[in-house]
Amino acid sequence: MRVMAQVAMVMNLDKCIGCHTCSVTCKQTWTNRAGTEYVWFNNVETRPGQGYPRGYEDQEKWRGGWQLKRGRLVPRGGGRARRLARLFANPELPSLDDYYEPWTYDYETLTTAPLGDDVPTARPRSLIDGEPTAVTWGPNWDDDLGGGPEHLAGDPVLQKMNEQVRLEYEQSFMFYLPRICEHCLNPSCVAVCPSGALYKRIEDGIVLVDQDRCRGWRMCVSGCPYKKVYFNHRTGKAEKCTFCYPRIEAGEPTVCSETCVGRLRYLGIILYDADKVGEAAATEREQDLYQAQLDCFLDPGDPAVARAAEASGIPHDWVTAARRSPVHALISRHKVALPLHPEYRTMPMVWYVPPLSPVVESLTATGHDGEDPAKLFAAIDSLRIPVGYLAELFTAGDPAPVEAALCRLAAMRSHMRRVNLGEEQDPAIARAVGMDADEIEAMYRLLALAKYDERYVVPTSYTARTPGSGDLDAGCSLDGQGGPGMYDPDAFHIPLGPPKSGQEPEHAGTSLRDRVNLLNWNGRGRPEGLFPRTEGEAR
Amino acid sequence: MELYRDAKRRLGGDPVAAWAELTGDPDQRRRYQSARGKGGLVRIGWDEALEMAAAAHVHTLKEHGPDRIAGFSPIPAMSMASHAAGARFHSLIGAPMLSFYDWYADLPIASPQVFGDQTDVPESGDWWDAAYLMLWGSNVPVTRTPDAHWMAEARYRGQKVVVVSPDYADATKFADEWLHPHPGTDGALAMAMGHVILRECFVDRQVPYFTDYVKRFTDLPFLVALDERDTDTRTPGAFVTASDLDLAKEAKAESRRWMPVLFDAATDRPAVPNGTLGDRWGKAGEGRWNLDLGDLDPRLTCHGHPAAETAVVVLPRFDEEGATVRRRVPALRVDGHLMTTVFDLMLAQYGVGRPGLGAEAGDDATVSYDDATTPCTPAWQEAVTSVPAQAVVRAAREFARTAEQTRGRCMIVMGAGTNHWFHSDTIYRSFLSLLLLTGCQGVNGGGWAHYVGQEKVRPYAGWQQMATASDWVRPSRQMAGTPYWYLNTDQWRYEKFTADALAAPTAPGALAGLHTADLVSRSVRQGWMPSYPTFGANPLDLGRRLHESGADPTSWVGAERDAGRLSYACEDPDDPANWPRVLTVWRANLIGSSAKGNEFFLRHLLGASDNASAEEAPPDQRPREVTWRDEAPRGKVDLLLALDFRMTSTTLFADLVLPAATWYEKHDLSSTDMHPYVHAFSPAISPPWQARTDFEIFHGLAVEVGRLAKGRLDVAHDLVATPLQHDTPGEAPPDGPTGPRFTLVERDYTAIGDKIAALGPLSGEEGVTVKGVTVRPLPEISWLGARCGTATRGPARGRPLLDTDVKMCEAILALSGTTNGRLAAEGFERLAERCGTDTGLGELAASVAERRVTFSDTQARPVQVGASFEWSGKEGPERRYSPFTINTEHFKPWHTLTGRQHFYLDHPWIAEYGEQLPVYRPPLNLTGLGEQPTADPDGGRSVTVRYLTPHSKWSIHSEYQENLLMQTLARGGPVIWIGVDDAASIGVADNDWIEAHNANGVVVARAVVSHRMPPGTVFMYHVQERMVNVPKSEATGRRGGVHNALTKLLIKPTHLIGGHAQLSFAPNYYGPTGNQRDAVTVIRRRSQEVQY
Repeated sequence: MRVMAQVAMVMNLDKCIGCHTCSVTCKQTWTNRAGTEYVWFNNVETRPGQGYPRGYEDQEKWRGGWQLKRGRLVPRGGGRARRLARLFANPELPSLDDYYEPWTYDYETLTTAPLGDDVPTARPRSLIDGEPTAVTWGPNWDDDLGGGPEHLAGDPVLQKMNEQVRLEYEQSFMFYLPRICEHCLNPSCVAVCPSGALYKRIEDGIVLVDQDRCRGWRMCVSGCPYKKVYFNHRTGKAEKCTFCYPRIEAGEPTVCSETCVGRLRYLGIILYDADKVGEAAATEREQDLYQAQLDCFLDPGDPAVARAAEASGIPHDWVTAARRSPVHALISRHKVALPLHPEYRTMPMVWYVPPLSPVVESLTATGHDGEDPAKLFAAIDSLRIPVGYLAELFTAGDPAPVEAALCRLAAMRSHMRRVNLGEEQDPAIARAVGMDADEIEAMYRLLALAKYDERYVVPTSYTARTPGSGDLDAGCSLDGQGGPGMYDPDAFHIPLGPPKSGQEPEHAGTSLRDRVNLLNWNGRGRPEGLFPRTEGEAR
Repeated sequence: MELYRDAKRRLGGDPVAAWAELTGDPDQRRRYQSARGKGGLVRIGWDEALEMAAAAHVHTLKEHGPDRIAGFSPIPAMSMASHAAGARFHSLIGAPMLSFYDWYADLPIASPQVFGDQTDVPESGDWWDAAYLMLWGSNVPVTRTPDAHWMAEARYRGQKVVVVSPDYADATKFADEWLHPHPGTDGALAMAMGHVILRECFVDRQVPYFTDYVKRFTDLPFLVALDERDTDTRTPGAFVTASDLDLAKEAKAESRRWMPVLFDAATDRPAVPNGTLGDRWGKAGEGRWNLDLGDLDPRLTCHGHPAAETAVVVLPRFDEEGATVRRRVPALRVDGHLMTTVFDLMLAQYGVGRPGLGAEAGDDATVSYDDATTPCTPAWQEAVTSVPAQAVVRAAREFARTAEQTRGRCMIVMGAGTNHWFHSDTIYRSFLSLLLLTGCQGVNGGGWAHYVGQEKVRPYAGWQQMATASDWVRPSRQMAGTPYWYLNTDQWRYEKFTADALAAPTAPGALAGLHTADLVSRSVRQGWMPSYPTFGANPLDLGRRLHESGADPTSWVGAERDAGRLSYACEDPDDPANWPRVLTVWRANLIGSSAKGNEFFLRHLLGASDNASAEEAPPDQRPREVTWRDEAPRGKVDLLLALDFRMTSTTLFADLVLPAATWYEKHDLSSTDMHPYVHAFSPAISPPWQARTDFEIFHGLAVEVGRLAKGRLDVAHDLVATPLQHDTPGEAPPDGPTGPRFTLVERDYTAIGDKIAALGPLSGEEGVTVKGVTVRPLPEISWLGARCGTATRGPARGRPLLDTDVKMCEAILALSGTTNGRLAAEGFERLAERCGTDTGLGELAASVAERRVTFSDTQARPVQVGASFEWSGKEGPERRYSPFTINTEHFKPWHTLTGRQHFYLDHPWIAEYGEQLPVYRPPLNLTGLGEQPTADPDGGRSVTVRYLTPHSKWSIHSEYQENLLMQTLARGGPVIWIGVDDAASIGVADNDWIEAHNANGVVVARAVVSHRMPPGTVFMYHVQERMVNVPKSEATGRRGGVHNALTKLLIKPTHLIGGHAQLSFAPNYYGPTGNQRDAVTVIRRRSQEVQY
């Protein structure tokens, strides 16, 4: 057993209201820069829908993630040789059309238009070439089922479903799927990077792009099946969701979590056995991958695990936090959270509670009492949202785990309704879903009541360092010119012309000179870069 | 600007003379008016801008009068000081403030009708307490985004959620059940639920909790006269009162007129219970205005009484044109009058029979739920709404069962989807009936939750003093927005039907042949509604003459009227003497957002170009009591002044745009109906560039007006007319004709700048009155003097200073009960005197007395407010705010005729429209009402659809949604949502450019095709502004309009009623609502080549 810790996330889709606050605050924090206009580290998709970039889940087309070949895991995009052969012409790279062509408006017209014969209007203008443009596609085109059945039929998940789903008024269903980088245990983006620029942090599992090492080959963009690595066309480097690691290190939730209006995000520590991951990812049947990944996770309440964790160098407060982890509770204890597309075999670490609604309606339409728990469970497969659709998202098509999770949510509602109305309790309700009343009420507490400090259990991170160990200049690998840690207030709204000369992308190895990471500075000495260089000082 | 500068130069630098010349010369006036909205903005300095604005005000005051100036600024709660600063300026110069809540159609007129209260709703935290939650026409995740999690989470507590919405709205995702009636037919669904509840919980079985509740807290036991209609049928008449039956002899005659009567089972006699309007104002009512029934045992029904007779009552039904129903009701004859209870009439209205009573059609009392021919049955509603009858029965049963089990914890969140209809009041009354019948109102976790535009000013009393300048001068002019715009934008000229068209088949016919404009005018003359401009003359000239005569204002006006020397402005709104001349809009986007009949605003109010093609009413359909001028004026307003921090349609069309500070650049206060807190805004930075706060701008304007007034206006006398107002003795007038009240007010126009910046003496001397309760904030005024300093010279010498936004915020908090427990306690003590000491109101006073919130508290963090006489609900750290809990727990009457919640309205105009009881009225048939269909210009394929404008994601009206990120997450410009079949029928694919047009105007947008839309209905989400990505229309060659380009203002005459208990005017509280849901439009695919 080799214990490792990861900061993971669960999103309760049953609570998501589709407000996109997470997307906007993330964008304002991380991708409000020239070169990343089209980039949304966090986006919220309406399902059914094609998502962003469009149809990204169609791995026949994009060839992201892993596949099993003769029992061995290989990137679906091919081995190293095939990848190198396509360094300069990669057909599996989404084009700007697949994302969307970002635009702005001639806002200034509204104040400066000369006296004319009609009301001024601000027409759209491309942020790529600065020319007037027509808006024909966007990062959230499907919002609230926009686009019509013909368009939505392009949803790769819908196409996978065997049964016919009718996209008709009476049968309408929808839910929102907020997405960030999955910070996978077995990240294919890391595996395919020819420069070794992508890496998964040992201490917390966050997957990052080292801006110094990135050479802009974009193999990671193809390799990620979730299409959550992006190419900054200004700096010529890859960028991705950082899990807001500077905040996580300080014990704060990610920005998307912090600002989540629906209160549906949970952050916490997962302890897992690193030795099991490779084998689990290579599980033969796709439908077994969910269980295989569950089996990698360790019970932080188990004293043996705690001992092994501390032996592996995981700080005591991390182990404590893992015990209080809401993410662990929802995934492993209550088993209501499920992984997104486990069949990609990347072992994703952002999981989802499937949406439960509305089920009673279809039940009562048949004349049954929608409140009767036994009937409720029997009818879970007549949910307005087809269980098959959810299964294609979360369990490689196996409806059983989805149904089990939904039944637990339904049981919680039945149980709590009795409490709420002061009726006699029925232990059979909890039993029917393999829980007892206390467990149901604990889950209820987490889903309905948990305040900020219980939804986000994030220990601070620091590594005790020996003075003089020489890592003082580690700096931040994100704040190169134009990079994810940087912000140029005027850059975002201005349509781009061709890049001005003298603004060539910086290349590896130079951007971090003269910077010091004060977080890790022990206060001794005078690290290089802390103070402005004086005249004549050696560089 | 060129014209003004030129005139000023020529006229010796006199800005007022320059403005007079500019606006007095028809050619010059036409030149700048027709340029409105067409670009060409010129940047000028603050001094010149303020001087020009002040010159316009001073000229207008002198030439036309203060009531020809108006201010428009909505939702004071969301930056109270910024609102109040401007409103105070207007009040000090005597200019009316225009109401917004009713104008927006957000005011649910059913609330004053039923509760006698504007809108009082539970905070969102109380959703958590509900055991059954209906989201009815309210898309909570979209329009109440920050609070939606309560709803999502309460489901985990076992709350059942039912969504009623014609589309698969975002909220539907959370529903256990989705009911999708055709748009605008929600009332039929609610009537059928009421049918089931009345049958199963009041007739087949009696639920003790419900029966006790309705006897105590509703008008169901009260007696209504049955008026003879013909020899064998009758119609429901007025409430039987103490004067009719010679009861309550100890009370004065004018009070007895307002004392409705119920039938006491204990004495077997009619009796006057405590708590009616007759107890509210007179000395005799002190200690009696309460809901304590004492020894009275009200009979709910006459049925079963040994002396009961059976009467046949004729009631209207509106689902079939001209049809009526005949119902047998039990009745009692007292002193020769035949009468029955409201409850008996309700059963008749809802089609619920009773054994032994007999139904009209046969002798079988029981109407089957499956009987589709009888109104209000579940099967009947299925034919109207398309919702399966079984689903309605089930919902009604679950609703009632949950209410019975939880003693009223069923809540209906009702929203604009059901509220913006012409007949929204009847829709809402049918919803509220469900809540009242099941005892859900005045209970935590229960009742109505109306969240449409109502942002509640929790520190109400203080804000009101500031905004109306009641500390310096009383009364202020408060104008009902809807009739103001109806008359002044000439939309009445396009209305081609008379009152008969919408009257009930049972109507006595008192309004037959009258146009709505006639009814507006009647309402004004009777003192029901305010009207500014009031007279066909400058009220400063009238005031001077009146002052010189020394006569009593009311008799002087009467004499002038009798002599034919004085006309009302509303009798000839197109006379140039009666036009509004200066309009200031701040914190608002009138032209881009709320202006229903937008193109008529552009045409008649502003004189700009427009896209309307409607024809005016032909001679036989024109008003009789309002002058028709052959040529409608174009461009009534001399100056449109806008303050804003961003470009909107309003700033684009304004003559003068003043750059304002945003919320993060000023000190201010905010509160809402959704949360029990009062928040401070604090500047993160100072206003950048040349921006100034609203507060500073209006103070600057006031100083400038004062300067220019010297020698021009000086001290003037102003004749102010005000209507009979709710929550004042005016709501209970004596018998006989009514009229406005007239007051002569002295205004020193040179002192405006001093007065706006200091707290005047009247708040202390005459007290602060809110909802009929007067408190005297003398200690607070002393405290404010110490806190803020006092003026050292001028007319305000010695008065506490209000010369900064912080000081105004401090005054608002100090002068309000919710933030100042001493005042709250004083108010509750006053109430205890009126209601009686055993109501527990004295104890309530003691429990809140120690609270005090100062501005710095709110800056540190949002502060929870306390219970106060200003509101009807109790609240505390352990208790969520829920309205009317003071009424149910302390037996304080509602502010209505009976003192109870009303199912029944007894005004004669209500009877004309057949709406005495809750009733289903379908959406208007606009074609039937004369709106001509528009022909397709090139004969292409088109589809005619219901046009709805619900609120969208990411916006407060136009605000935020035009932000680049939000546009990027949407479709990048205006869109109309259309169903799959409708789109296919006109060959429209997703994202195609389309045009929507009708007689009122044209909208150009892209189509969003979606199967979540019902057939026959399109959505254009609210306020997608013409300023971003709107091409020119193919039909007119001009820029497409905003969502309101397809609407036209229609007034429901019953909203004009006044001077009748809860049916009495109060600004933003009661008055005609705008409405726009009934609109129909034609949609066609246009050329995909667009021109900007």
